[in-house]
Order: sequence, then structure tokens, then C-alpha cells
Amino acid sequence: MGTITSQRRKVEARWALAFLGPWIVGFLAFTLGPMVASLFFSFTRYTGTSAPVWIGLDNYITLLTGDPKFWNSMGITFTFAFVAVPLSLVLGFLLAYLLNFKIPGMKVWRTLFYLPSVISGVVVAILWRGLFDEKFGVVNFVLSWLGMVGPDWFTNSQFALVALVLISLWGVGGGMIIYLAGLQGIPTSLYEASELDGAGRWQQLTRVTLPMMSPVIFYNLIIGIISCFQYFTEAWILTKGGPDDATLFYNIYLYKNAFLYGAMGYASALAWVLFFVVLVFTALVFRSSSMWVYYEGEVRKS
Amino acid sequence: MSSILSSSRRSRWERRVALILVAVGSLAILVPLAYLVSGSLTSKETIKTVPQSLVPSETYRTPIDGQITFVYNMTVNGQPRQLAVVEKNGENWVYANPDNPAERYTLPAADPSARATKLAFHPENYSTALTKSPFGSYMLNTLVILAFVTLGTVLSSVLVAFAFARYRFRGMPLLFMILLSTVMLPSQVLLIPTFVFFANIGWYNTWLPLIVPAFFANAWDVFLFRQFFLAIPLELDEAAKIDGCGPLRVLWHVILPESLPVVLTVTLFTMIYVWNDYFGPLIYLKDRALFTVALGLQDFNALYFQQSHLQAAGALMMLLPPVLVFFFAQKYFIQGTVVSGVKG
Repeated sequence: MGTITSQRRKVEARWALAFLGPWIVGFLAFTLGPMVASLFFSFTRYTGTSAPVWIGLDNYITLLTGDPKFWNSMGITFTFAFVAVPLSLVLGFLLAYLLNFKIPGMKVWRTLFYLPSVISGVVVAILWRGLFDEKFGVVNFVLSWLGMVGPDWFTNSQFALVALVLISLWGVGGGMIIYLAGLQGIPTSLYEASELDGAGRWQQLTRVTLPMMSPVIFYNLIIGIISCFQYFTEAWILTKGGPDDATLFYNIYLYKNAFLYGAMGYASALAWVLFFVVLVFTALVFRSSSMWVYYEGEVRKS
Repeated sequence: MSSILSSSRRSRWERRVALILVAVGSLAILVPLAYLVSGSLTSKETIKTVPQSLVPSETYRTPIDGQITFVYNMTVNGQPRQLAVVEKNGENWVYANPDNPAERYTLPAADPSARATKLAFHPENYSTALTKSPFGSYMLNTLVILAFVTLGTVLSSVLVAFAFARYRFRGMPLLFMILLSTVMLPSQVLLIPTFVFFANIGWYNTWLPLIVPAFFANAWDVFLFRQFFLAIPLELDEAAKIDGCGPLRVLWHVILPESLPVVLTVTLFTMIYVWNDYFGPLIYLKDRALFTVALGLQDFNALYFQQSHLQAAGALMMLLPPVLVFFFAQKYFIQGTVVSGVKG
């Protein structure tokens, strides 16, 4: 009896392994292997064509002490993160809040605001390049009504980043969808109770809605900041990091090092610093998760 | 009683105000798209000479006495008129009514900014964009890559998720933790060695680096499938097993039919991701013949310098498939986005 069970376990184990196979192979070949290699490259001078030369911590030392462009790209990315992310958070939340008033055509509006999220960054860049055109774009045309002379946005080192922030706000619909789901998940009994206590809309917003939504808001904040370190397409197409490195986002600097300057060792070090930053923010999510994570769908004993 | 009445009246007003604000906000989404549509229907000469307009228009020129001449917005006896220039002599020019050239006026010289525009649609921009750049073949390339990546992602992720949902062995919780942690891993950390690896085995400038990794399961999709599979009662598996079904048939006949919504969600997300992706093709593809739409759109900016009208047409052609897919299957998108937003 016992041997039959153990034999069945063995067969089961083989099946399990077979099913897991694609991921295990993929994990080794496309995740763990590259991770180790990338860590190794980060301690070398490596052009991608000749063999890597071990230089110890030199890449990291250069990066932290002798490369103003690294700090510049860090600063630009954080500036972008701390302006664009809170703005899109507030706008996305506001939209969700308004839609949650059960206004007519709710689904149509929801679809409309989500639309930019399914459009490629390439198209978004092309679309806004036209709108931000110095002479013929509608943005400067509107500014001229207001008596202002609009700049040549993408060649002006003061305004290029502003334009990219504005463009990023076009995608607030993605966050809005998540807030909307969160808002709909707040029990109506909470609102009824607060109404009995004489709370107005403002008090309901600040005492019920925002506290109930705070986990989702916080989660989106962290994810938003992390994604700023992955930001590439729109900025690359519109400015290539220029003018004068004014939009040299972290990821663009990394890309340039790896694929334009042939500094693959240095770019690997940049990638690991990025990983460290992401890790810090991820740790923030997890440290706060006790406040808001709810696990469901545990495996039942078979 | 009166408090209930006032509260319902209040909420009606709130709803109206909310509707107005949302409608105004939606202009921020619609107006830029409208300008793109208009730009894609505008002629090459116009797109860089006239401020963007919501309707495609071009400088109004008309033949008078066998000569093509500009039409200006003028004022005659306090009435706005559109008049074509016939003769330019110093301070005063001679103008004619474009519809009745015999009707002449002598008026002060006009400023170029007073040139009239008229409606003009150029739908041929689309066919030009398709033929002048091999945009059609870029689309085909993208579709081929997309088909393989979607197939590979769904197939492999379903298999792996099935293992994580239905088998319990020592070490599997640890493996699952590892899987989940890779979701957080920034792709840049893997970028360079992966690139070097593919280059060394001769896959640079082929579609293989874009396609092959998809067949090794995507951590995020595995997670999504697993969550869904866990909700399917084990009794269904057991019944099938008693009927003599092996694990593959349980997966195929029991699990998958119950999981069509999540399969659709992953399929659609993958398709749109691949269609829109810029970075992957950018680093791996060099030959124009292999380009995807995302790369090919840049053609109109570099190869054919400043063909903004064709680029707008191309951008619209690239935009349309994901938008249509989204419209017809938005339920699945919204599900996917929401799950990803509240994941643990």
C-alpha cells in the first residue's frame, strides 16, 4: 500500500517538474544566468566586443564620485518622479472619484480615459511632438491667445522636461481604473454610517474614502516611482536625452552607455544601482504591506 | 423626510457637477487624438505652413487668368470676403472674387498671415504611407512576432501555473516565492548579458530574441493564471481523474474551459504589449526588412525627412488595432489592470 502511494508521488513529482520545466529553464537561462553575468560585468571594463577586464569596484567608484552625468540622470529621474507621479496620482484619483458618482455614461467615460494606456509610447510621442511644435503646434497657439510666446519645447533645456511631464499625464487613466475599482470596493455601510453621524461630502472624503484608499494610493505611488526608472520610449523618441542632457533619464543614460558608448561594464553597474533603488522602494511596499495586503486563494490540501 | 429629500437633491447636483467636470476632462484625451487624425489627412505642404487645426485644411489657392494665386481674407465695406490676388503693384493690389473673376477690387496689400485656408482631405496619405515606406511589411512583421510571443506566453505560463496551483511538493512554495520576486526585478539588470548572449549565438538582427524567451513562461502571467486556477474546485479535477484523465487532459478539459476569461486577458495584454513595444525591437533589429511598426514609424522622420503627414497616418494605423481590441474586449483589460493594481 505504502509503495503504491510513494510510486504515485513519484509520478506526480515528474509531472510537476515537467509542467514547471519551461519556467525553471527560463529562470536559469534568462534570469539567474544574466543576473550573475551582469553582476560580474559591473566589475569589469567591457565593450561587448572584446573580453571583459576585471577592474574591481572602479565602475561603482567612478559612478558615485567622478560622473556628474550619473547624478544628473538620477536627479532628472527623481524630479520627474516627484512631479509627474503625485500629479498623476491626484488627477487619476480625482477622475475616479468623479466617475464614482454614478454619472450617466460611466462606462463610456471610463473607456475614454483609459484609452491612452493602450496606445504605444511611440504614437504618444509622435502625437505630442505635433502638438508641441514651436510654430504650428496647438499648445503654443493656445499660449499665444493668453499673450505668451511658447518655447520650442523639445530643444529648450528648461521646457523639455515640463513637456514630458505633461505628456505623461495623458496616461492617468491607467491609475484611474485601479482607484475606481478600489472606490467601488468600499462598503456603502461606511458611508451610510458617516451620513447618520452628520458627515458632509468633504468629511466623507477625508475620513472614509481616503483612509480606505490609502493602501492603493501608496502602492501606486511606489510603483509609479519605480516605473520612472524604466521610463524610456517617449523621451528617447522626442529628445534622445537632450537638449544638453536636460532629459537624460536614468534609463536613457544606461542605454547610451550600453549601446552607443560601448561601455557595457559601466552600464551593468548602472543597472545594479537602479536595482538597489528599486529594492529600497520595494522594501517600503513590503514594510507597509501589513497595513493593507490581504491574501486569499490559499492552496487547499489535496 | 425633508433630510432625505435634500440629500437626494444634493446628490443630483453633485452628479451634474461631476459629469460636467468629467466631460471637460475628457477633452484632454479627445482633442490631441483629433489633431492626430486631422494631421494624418493634411497635405505635406500644409502641415508645416499652417497652425494645426481640428479639420484638415490647406492654403486656399485658385487659378485666375490662368495663374495660380493665393486667396486672402479681406474686408470689403465692412464685410469679410475671400479674395484672390490678381496684380501686386506696390501699396495697392488688385483682387478678384474667386467664384466670379470679373468682379475686381483694388485694396491695400495683404499680409501673408491673412492667407485664407480651406477644407482639404488627403486620405491618400494612408496609401502613400503604406507604399512609400514598407509600412505594410512592418505590420506583417509585427503580427508574426506577436503571434509567436502570444502563443508562447500563454502556453508556457498556463503549464507552469497549473503546476503551482495543483501540485504540492517540498520546495514549491520557495520556487513560487522566487517566481514572484522576479516580477520586481528591473529588466535593465538582465539587459546586457541577455543581449550579449543572443549576439554571441548569432541571433542579433533576427526575431528570435524577441520570440524565444516568451516560451519560457512570464512570471506575472503565471501568477495571474495560478490565482484563477486556485479558484476552480478540486472536485472537478478529481472527477476527471476518476474518469481516467491524465494531468494534461485535466488541464485541457477541466481547467482551461473554466479559465477562458483569464486566458483572454493574458492574450490581449500580450498582443498589445508586443504590438506597442519599442525597446526590444530597437536593440535587436537592424535590417529595415525585419522592423516592427514601432521602429518603422521613425522612417518618416529620418529616411524621408519631415514627412509629418505620413507619420501621422502611420501613427494612426499603429494606434487603431490596440484601440479596437480594447473597445471590444475592455472587460478583460480592466480586470487585468485591476488585478495588477491590487496584487500582493
